[in-house]
Amino acid sequence: MGNTPAVEMINVTKRFGKVTANDHVNLEIRKGEILSLLGENGSGKTTLMNMLSGLYFPDEGEIRINGEPVTITSPKDAFDCGIGMIHQHFKLVDVFTAAENVTLGAENSKLDIKAVTAHIKEICDKYGFIIDPAKKVYDMSVSEKQTVEIIKVLYRGADILILDEPTAVLTPQETDRLFNVMRNMKADGKAMIIITHKLHEVMDVSDRVAVLRKGQYIGDVATKDTNPDKLTEMMVGKKVTLNIAHPKYPNPTPRLVVKNLTVVDAIGVKRLDNVSFTAYGGEILGIAGIAGSGQKELLEAVAGLQITESGASIMYYPREADGAGTELIGKSPKEIRNAGVALSFVPEDRLGMGLVGPMGMTDNMLLRSFRKGKGLFADRKTPKELADRVMKELGVVTPSTDFPVRRLSGGNVQKVLVGREIAQEPSVLMTAYAVRGLDINTSYIIYDLLTEQKMKGVAVVYVGEDLDVLLELADRIMVICGGQVSGIVDTAKTTKEEVGLLMTKFRKEGNS
Amino acid sequence: MITAVQISQLLQSAIVFGTVIMFGALGEILTQKSGNLNLGVPGIMYLGGIAGLAMSYFYEGHVEHPNGFVSLILSFIAAFAAAALGGLIYSFLTITLRANQNVTGLTLTIFGNGLANFFGGILNSMAGGVGQISVRTTSNAYRMSLAHFFKIGNLGKIFFSYGFMAYLAIIIAVVMYFFLNRTRTGLNLRSVGESPATADAAGINVIRYKYLATCIGAGISGLGGLYYTMDYIKGTWTTDSTIEALGWLAVALVIFATWRPLNAIWGSYLFGVLYWMYLYIPGLTRSSQEIFKMLPYIVTILVLLRVSMRKKREDQPPASLGLSYFREER
Amino acid sequence: MNHSHTHHEPLLRIAKRDPLPRSKAYAVRVIAVLISLLVSGIFIFSVTKLNPVAVYQSMFKGAYGTNRRMWVTIRDTMMLLCIALGLAPAFKMRFWNIGAEGQVLVGGIATAGLMRSLGASVPTPLLLIIMACASLICGAVWGMIPAIFKARWNANETLFTLMMNYIAIQLTSYCVALWENPFGSNSVGIINPKTQAGWFPKLFGQANGLNVVIVLLVTIGMYVYLKYSKQGYEIAVVGDSENTARYAGINVQWVTIRTMAISSAICGLAGFIAVSGASHTISTSTAGGQGFTAIIVAWLSQFNSFIMVLISLLIVSLQKGAVQIASQFNLNDYASSVITGIILFFILGSEFFINYRIIVRGKKGGDVK
Repeated sequence: MGNTPAVEMINVTKRFGKVTANDHVNLEIRKGEILSLLGENGSGKTTLMNMLSGLYFPDEGEIRINGEPVTITSPKDAFDCGIGMIHQHFKLVDVFTAAENVTLGAENSKLDIKAVTAHIKEICDKYGFIIDPAKKVYDMSVSEKQTVEIIKVLYRGADILILDEPTAVLTPQETDRLFNVMRNMKADGKAMIIITHKLHEVMDVSDRVAVLRKGQYIGDVATKDTNPDKLTEMMVGKKVTLNIAHPKYPNPTPRLVVKNLTVVDAIGVKRLDNVSFTAYGGEILGIAGIAGSGQKELLEAVAGLQITESGASIMYYPREADGAGTELIGKSPKEIRNAGVALSFVPEDRLGMGLVGPMGMTDNMLLRSFRKGKGLFADRKTPKELADRVMKELGVVTPSTDFPVRRLSGGNVQKVLVGREIAQEPSVLMTAYAVRGLDINTSYIIYDLLTEQKMKGVAVVYVGEDLDVLLELADRIMVICGGQVSGIVDTAKTTKEEVGLLMTKFRKEGNS
Repeated sequence: MITAVQISQLLQSAIVFGTVIMFGALGEILTQKSGNLNLGVPGIMYLGGIAGLAMSYFYEGHVEHPNGFVSLILSFIAAFAAAALGGLIYSFLTITLRANQNVTGLTLTIFGNGLANFFGGILNSMAGGVGQISVRTTSNAYRMSLAHFFKIGNLGKIFFSYGFMAYLAIIIAVVMYFFLNRTRTGLNLRSVGESPATADAAGINVIRYKYLATCIGAGISGLGGLYYTMDYIKGTWTTDSTIEALGWLAVALVIFATWRPLNAIWGSYLFGVLYWMYLYIPGLTRSSQEIFKMLPYIVTILVLLRVSMRKKREDQPPASLGLSYFREER
Repeated sequence: MNHSHTHHEPLLRIAKRDPLPRSKAYAVRVIAVLISLLVSGIFIFSVTKLNPVAVYQSMFKGAYGTNRRMWVTIRDTMMLLCIALGLAPAFKMRFWNIGAEGQVLVGGIATAGLMRSLGASVPTPLLLIIMACASLICGAVWGMIPAIFKARWNANETLFTLMMNYIAIQLTSYCVALWENPFGSNSVGIINPKTQAGWFPKLFGQANGLNVVIVLLVTIGMYVYLKYSKQGYEIAVVGDSENTARYAGINVQWVTIRTMAISSAICGLAGFIAVSGASHTISTSTAGGQGFTAIIVAWLSQFNSFIMVLISLLIVSLQKGAVQIASQFNLNDYASSVITGIILFFILGSEFFINYRIIVRGKKGGDVK
């Protein structure tokens, strides 16, 4: 009995239309164990876990909890089996307090907030959480919200916890605190699955690692018997040596000179704090930092989409060495373009910001050019030609150029977006997480395209999350931390460790 | 100068008027708390009104000595059930079949208006002409007030001169307040309207909550129509669009009350005062009276603007209002 | 004991389907209309014990039986169509303009006011142009009020435009009381009955010929505007994602206000057509609920002008037919609202079967309907 796994998933298959998200996957989790579920984006990790938490129902296969076959058709069934999932996108009601959120959906019939609060205090003391039960969620920081999520499942007596990329939004200190809590829960006999693709965290916190690749179960190993290189190989399928071509452009010239850029968001938080840097034509400037450190605001400020505090300056210098500069601050995107500044921008939110989901490729090409020409009507012939060209050159897989881009796969969506932005013949090209969610092949296509642009003398700004890629691809890396520039380093003379330290520079100082 | 008697009269007519829309608004608050914006309130009130009237008409016509109390119960049930059925049509289309809420609600208004006036017309012709329907026994039962039991003055009249439904509306408002804020089911319901995905992940049956809230809410709204036919126009049917106008006022009242049942109580009476005030303001011509009748709508717009400008989180509509929920969305 | 393929899944599950080919999608809608006619038939039969086929026949006669009836049907179809056309750009932008009823009325008030005051002094062709412009402007202003508050403060437009309807209705009541003729009738009466000043002239020998010409021009214009113009493209982008619109350098606030101005101006124009081209009077029922019905027309047609023509024609034919059966079978003409409601319910419900498929337990990808 003592050896019965807490969870067994046997031959579980899930399809979405033509896509098989999980293909006969077998997975086992023991009590008092932390299992890392590792895989690239799109490898089916979240889908697999959603079947445990009752959000999806498997097309085939069986799930056993403590040795007993179970049917989980709803989150309620999952709770009854003692399974609790902490979703990547928090499932909390903003206008409720922590206590109200924690007790939501729980069985006991009478609503007694006092008792709930007492119970929360108990859980906090036991595992080492800190939270104010009467605080409204909309007033909470990301890490507080996550704490509420975890307390929520513990409150409902979960013995099996699934954490979907819990560290993506946390600072290193918050991550450490989370891992400590997880170790406390492990000592208490809980079974935990942590979904992540950060290898050092896998090594740090888990006992065992299971790997998925393209919906297939690849295998599992004890953490102590493996290392990041071996795990990468399992995850990607072949031993990868990042090999991104890195030619040098003969004479980079300043293209964008940013000085004293400060951005304050709607609720008064400084998102960018006095940022200054120069981006050169013929260079890829990598931007590294923990997610949410101000990368989005930086690119949007340059693109004219953010309100900036006074005193900032973003000067743009055209290719011609003697050309006069143009001030971008205070200009709308339209005015920037009218001023002759060729700025291309691949935003993070591809379908929510860069493209129009229900429209086809042609109409999406039109997004950049619809104003061209005189008269009331938009020219659709040129965009159609462009769409055909992008489709052919980048190998976009789509039934036709009128097929809604929303229904294309992630990689194809990104090809459409990058293809359009490059076709604008930019002199500045900004990309945010350009390869997120893409397979390795498509990622390399994107890297090559960016390098090609660099060699044409374009100033490329590349916001990335994978430090290995940044070090290979970029010429210099600017590290931002909490909205401030914590360092600008030359990739030829730096190491991953140095960049990693810079990413948390101010936080550590602030906390010590 | 306005006299005390006039003020008493104004308040009384305001309370009677307010009670009609209070029922409508309370039902709609319950519905909207589940995330369903049901613009079918006028249609639902029509359904409640005609069902109650038809039931009591047939009861009084078929029974030798009709008992007011029995007829009251029967018509009350009929009104609630018919209105809840209207809510069921809306629920099935918007929740199960995921049709657009605005369009479905408006269609329900057209349908309810048509069905009620169609049968109202039939009842009228059966009774021998417009305004000939009389369900005096039932109507009297509805309109029996405490004022009949003891002598009361002007002040007393303001509080005690109404049929039981005026008090029922207040009771429903208070009960709804406790339900939404103090009970687990109420908490669950609010979570469905704010964030159905969260509620779903917490094991709450989103579909069932939406269905129940919408159908019961529709039933409550329908009582507004019942009160209108039985008490307000004293048990008859007129094929004009008064119920429709009152129905839209009920929707306005939901916004005015910022989705709080207790606010709906005084809000509805305020609407009543605004609506009838023109009778008590000297020197108004017939045309300028019409300008005065705009007041409830203008006040509602002002409240709507204040809410959207202040952006206070607790005053906002339920966050998922108007959206369908589909779990396996991908 | 190896159940590797146990099926405890729910009996029915719902999944998004790949888009249906257009022909199949329309087939689903046609089937929905046919079923709804059947249900309406059952309703008619159960209430009246009349043969539904005979009822539908006389409905058809009511709508098209005589030349005059046919022209009334056409005239009212044009009116409904015009409002729906006006709503289309706003809806395409995801701006819920529920205020067409009020926008039609203010257009009508402007027309009636000018017709009364200038009827004697300005020649009709010039007067028609003045009235058309005035109705466009009044409609636009009426619609821009909620649009400005939406653009600036994100005030809920569904509720705002809804309230504006009732303010417009009261404004109409005010004008009716002001312009009452004859005194005590509580109506404005026919304006300029003798001179017919400011009335639509006959075109092709038809009193309502001009109505058709104007509305069909608007139909084609709106189709071209939404599909081919730069502004139409902007509307589509804003409707899908305001973030994308900002990214593309589109001024979302300005597009919101401009589009609502166009939308409500056309609704105002419908008011002009209703007064000058049909009733020659103004009352609170000048819009007659068509402002609400048009919302459904615009939505169901998915903003395609030409499909709007068909749906408007269907709904108005039903309404006219119901008036006929009302008098012929001693019913009342609210039957038309009942039948309209039933048909719309079915069409609304049928969209589900176009976008989703139902999977029955055991049948892999099995498909119902």
